[in-house]
Amino acid sequence: MEPIYLDHAATTPMDKEVIDAMYPVYQHIFGNPSSVHSFGRKARKYLDDARRAMATSIHANEKEIIFTSGGTEADNLAIIGTALGNRDKGKHIITTRQEHHATLRAAEFLEKNGFDVTYLPVYEDGKIRVEDVKNALKEETILVSIMFVNNETGIIQPIKEIGELLEDHLAYFHTDAVQAFGLLDINVRELGVNLLSVSSHKINGPKGIGFLYVEEGIQLNALQFGGEQERKRRPGTENVVSVVGFHKAVELAMENKEKRRETYQTHKELFLSGLKENEIHFEINGDYDSQIASTVNLSFPGANVEQLLTNFDLSGIAASSGSACTAGSVEPSHVLTAMFGNNNPCTTNSIRFSFGIYNTEENVIEAAERVAKIVKRLTK
Amino acid sequence: MKENKDIRVVVGMSGGVDSSVAALLLKEQGYDVVGIFMKNWDDTDEFGVCTATEDFDDVVRVCNQLEIPYYSVNFEKEYWDKVFTYFLDEYKAGRTPNPDVMCNKEIKFKAFLDHALSLGADYLATGHYAQVREVDGHVQMLRGVDDNKDQTYFLNQLSEDVLSKVMFPLGHLPKAEVRNIAKEAGLVTATKKDSTGICFIGERNFKTFLSEYLPAQPGEMQSLDGEVQGKHDGLMYYTIGQRQGLGIGGPGEPWFVIGKNLKENVLYVEQGYSNDKLYSDGLIATDINWINPESVEDTFTCTAKFRYRQKDSAVTVTKIADGKLKVDFAEPERAVTPGQAVVFYDGEVCLGGATIDEILKDNKALQYVG
Repeated sequence: MEPIYLDHAATTPMDKEVIDAMYPVYQHIFGNPSSVHSFGRKARKYLDDARRAMATSIHANEKEIIFTSGGTEADNLAIIGTALGNRDKGKHIITTRQEHHATLRAAEFLEKNGFDVTYLPVYEDGKIRVEDVKNALKEETILVSIMFVNNETGIIQPIKEIGELLEDHLAYFHTDAVQAFGLLDINVRELGVNLLSVSSHKINGPKGIGFLYVEEGIQLNALQFGGEQERKRRPGTENVVSVVGFHKAVELAMENKEKRRETYQTHKELFLSGLKENEIHFEINGDYDSQIASTVNLSFPGANVEQLLTNFDLSGIAASSGSACTAGSVEPSHVLTAMFGNNNPCTTNSIRFSFGIYNTEENVIEAAERVAKIVKRLTK
Repeated sequence: MKENKDIRVVVGMSGGVDSSVAALLLKEQGYDVVGIFMKNWDDTDEFGVCTATEDFDDVVRVCNQLEIPYYSVNFEKEYWDKVFTYFLDEYKAGRTPNPDVMCNKEIKFKAFLDHALSLGADYLATGHYAQVREVDGHVQMLRGVDDNKDQTYFLNQLSEDVLSKVMFPLGHLPKAEVRNIAKEAGLVTATKKDSTGICFIGERNFKTFLSEYLPAQPGEMQSLDGEVQGKHDGLMYYTIGQRQGLGIGGPGEPWFVIGKNLKENVLYVEQGYSNDKLYSDGLIATDINWINPESVEDTFTCTAKFRYRQKDSAVTVTKIADGKLKVDFAEPERAVTPGQAVVFYDGEVCLGGATIDEILKDNKALQYVG
């Protein structure tokens, strides 16, 4: 059976154009961008061009872009780096219960090292409340870190409103935009965001590369030590070929943003109506109207995640529960637990489907058929 | 007849060499093999390390070597409710439970089998040393050919219906051969140490483990004449026939546990390995399972095991009132223990088994056994 990939929130296939852009760099460009000879300069040119494109994509300037190994490193650097760099101003940090583990574990690390972290609640619509941010703010709050789009539910968070709220506060505002970048319009100045994380492999670029936007003037301590690269904030010889692939992926994402949004929305609706036509009982987790086009998280009452996912895979449907795996076995999702509480059946019967560039209407309809057949068998 | 490639076999994989080879053999026979790891117990320690994570990692590596899909399933709740609760209740009642028998009955060949069937499996396979064969339209369970490894004792509670959906690919092999197959195939688990002890306790100290769940009530050790011989740490820590850890010195032969008085919290001890008080000539059993019930007479002779890795003994089995069994031994047996399984055999065929409830001597219950 032809496998159908509906797990683009986990990772995406590389765009053919991305591979084409990387290939000649693999072949011909090996210089160290820091070297003072022609080989180095050639490599450096690729790096500079990419950095400019990244900056432009979020309306920042190129000095504000730090290349990292991906989203996790960007989140870690943003959170731990600013916390350590601003500890003289305060030790309070605000984040939410539905963040990615790259944020949550970084926050826990800071808690162990003398910082005080407030974890904001998440409501059944999948969103946090600006009011809660306001109430949690203290004079000594130095950082607020709230994701742009949740990776499990696809729910878009009120980032602009939080940015406005924080305008008059000392605290820096970081957002993990890994799931948002490429589909939503992002203007860091208008959003009032001071730090923002992006990952390449979620937008059809190569793995192992991402960037962190850090507004100029922010005191950010480095977490690794070495040479002068990335203005000492992220030393280590640059991964030029991946940066080139990432650059192409960003270019394509910016060009095709609206088209992709529409296509994914169509795919999502086709998929959902396929399930409905088969009289499958499901609930959408979170507020449908606040969902990013590419992702939908469905609860199937009466089923359980392990049975669903294993059956899906055995019939060629790649989806995921979006939650953490321990010994390969799926633990209740922390995001859905934050939304619905402990022991709510949703936390163990929900599946995330996420659409991407190589899905077609035909294979989305076919996927809905296969999913419907399995759910019917498991819940009858 | 379906071809093997159209027959889906879910293999319960533990990350050990046996289940790895079971999967390998099935794959070589061309079946549609799916590997599934079962997580029944969370033993995550203070450093976040969990043996299940390590074991699952081995499952992943073996499945990748075999190019078969792998998944895992969590039965922690079922295991707690059906196996661990029983385990604690039996200890509370002063008996010596057999959680492996219960795990096979309630988890591996029930919850896990149901899971496998829900994935469209035709069969569930495990790395147990036992054999299944069909005779005249009936499915029987036979001992594994490796006498030393035969695991039918632990599988005695399976029904014919369950066995008809089960494969034991290692049943016809000696353990040494299984290791060889693993080595030749270069499986990463080829030289992995066999797990020992009860799965959820692992390598930990049994006493420490049990004390985390049950309050220990220290009391007196007495010989049957009522004389105090020492102190015990809590009745649950001792089993019939036990010599180690009594801490009674002095002259004469070593001391052995011969029974328990739960009401008075007294542990009975007597001297000498062959002490008469350790011997019995019959038992009453409950929770009877016959694998092929229609072929079982009301009274018959066969052989039986009262514990794992014991030689068979000749017995006469009689069905009595209240769905119980009376088992009379041809020769007196030493240290038969309530809570353990008694398993019956007709030659190589495992007939089924039951739980030992009372120990008899001269047709009377031995009260001191407890």
